[in-house]
Amino acid sequence: MWRDALLIAAKDLRIEFRSKVTLNLILPFAFVVLIIFAFALDTSPGTLQKVAPGLFWLAVLFSSIFSVDRAVAIETDDNAGDGLLVYGVDPGGIFLGKVVSVFVQLFLLEIFLLLGVVILYGPKIGGWLLMLASAFFATIGLCAAGVTYSQLASGSRAKQTLLPLLLVPVVSPVLLAATKAWQDAFAVTSSLGDPWLRLLIVFAVVYLALGAIFYSSILEG
Amino acid sequence: MLSGNFPILTGLDFEAGPGEVVLVKGRNGAGKTSFLRAVAGLLRITRGSASVLGVDLVANPADIRHRVGLLGHESFLYEDLTARENVDFILKATRSDMSKAGSSLSSVGLTGRLTDLRVSKMSAGQRKKVALAALLAREPELWLLDEPYAALDSWTREFLDSALNSRVAVGATVILVSHEAHHGSLVPTRVVEIGGGKVINDVSGSDLYQVGPQVTAQKRSGHVA
Repeated sequence: MWRDALLIAAKDLRIEFRSKVTLNLILPFAFVVLIIFAFALDTSPGTLQKVAPGLFWLAVLFSSIFSVDRAVAIETDDNAGDGLLVYGVDPGGIFLGKVVSVFVQLFLLEIFLLLGVVILYGPKIGGWLLMLASAFFATIGLCAAGVTYSQLASGSRAKQTLLPLLLVPVVSPVLLAATKAWQDAFAVTSSLGDPWLRLLIVFAVVYLALGAIFYSSILEG
Repeated sequence: MLSGNFPILTGLDFEAGPGEVVLVKGRNGAGKTSFLRAVAGLLRITRGSASVLGVDLVANPADIRHRVGLLGHESFLYEDLTARENVDFILKATRSDMSKAGSSLSSVGLTGRLTDLRVSKMSAGQRKKVALAALLAREPELWLLDEPYAALDSWTREFLDSALNSRVAVGATVILVSHEAHHGSLVPTRVVEIGGGKVINDVSGSDLYQVGPQVTAQKRSGHVA
């Protein structure tokens, strides 16, 4: 399964590197979300610093919808997904490979977005370790749930509408926990024992396990 | 089998052995493509029994997939990868001999810069050649070909026939769906006609003979091809 996962991840990242969808489309979109939502709320520095974690994770959540949709769409073009099944690729490996590929893309996007948050809103960050750990597990959770639901929605003719409808409620705990964990990280007293970080770890582990187990049924269903 | 809630191939009784070349014919919507997908383990059989290369298709459809080569209406290729990258990926995924990728591509006429061309920039015929190159390098035991000659030039058609003949000579089985009158060197050992989800004609042996260069199956009771 791990061999297949690495094969799929390498292939998807190569395709992404070629097409540059994340770089040219999703990253600018995430910045637009970051800026537009800030205008909609309040432009005073105090308010922006306070809501910066929420805006950041909202931008990541919206971007993740595009990323997971694209990761699954790669396999629906020219029915390549059937090809993977015919080649005997483990469905669990396909799932994990897609999670790894989307994770790499989203994590890179988060680095750029964080730079944007720091420059635009100027928050003071006290707990880098908590911030990094919560970003790591939140991103895994978003990717695992996202790839699973994106595959589920891919059979529908209204998949572009169905995916956010399915995914956003499911990953709302990630949005909440990651925002709270980052608010804690922005305070100097934060630690890795943060309860929101624990929630993110549980979510990531549960969705990784569920995806690896049920992806085969979803893929063939 | 079910297509949505609609039952398909409801009474299909079919058997093929090693070294056979079976030409499957039938009207549009007769279930030819579904039949090939079922044999490849991609469509679940909901009733009855089926076994391919000793694998129970009803119980373990996934176990047969890596042993069959399916060339269908879709080429299963990635548009943003080059011809060479696609073939390399398929050979890695199927745990096949990677050293055959280059020779296989050149055997179908894809050499030089064509191997480094993205599939998105290729013609339909070139895409089919890439898929064919991957199949040739994989050397599956069972070849399932759905309209394999469509979009191919005459040279590649003849090459495909000759490649299939060499595989059949070592015991591979070929099941071929084609609407086209065939003029090549691949001579079916059997012609099966599907209609209404059933085999309505199965012609082989002395009942099957050639008329001129065109392979025609004729049963004493009626024309089927």
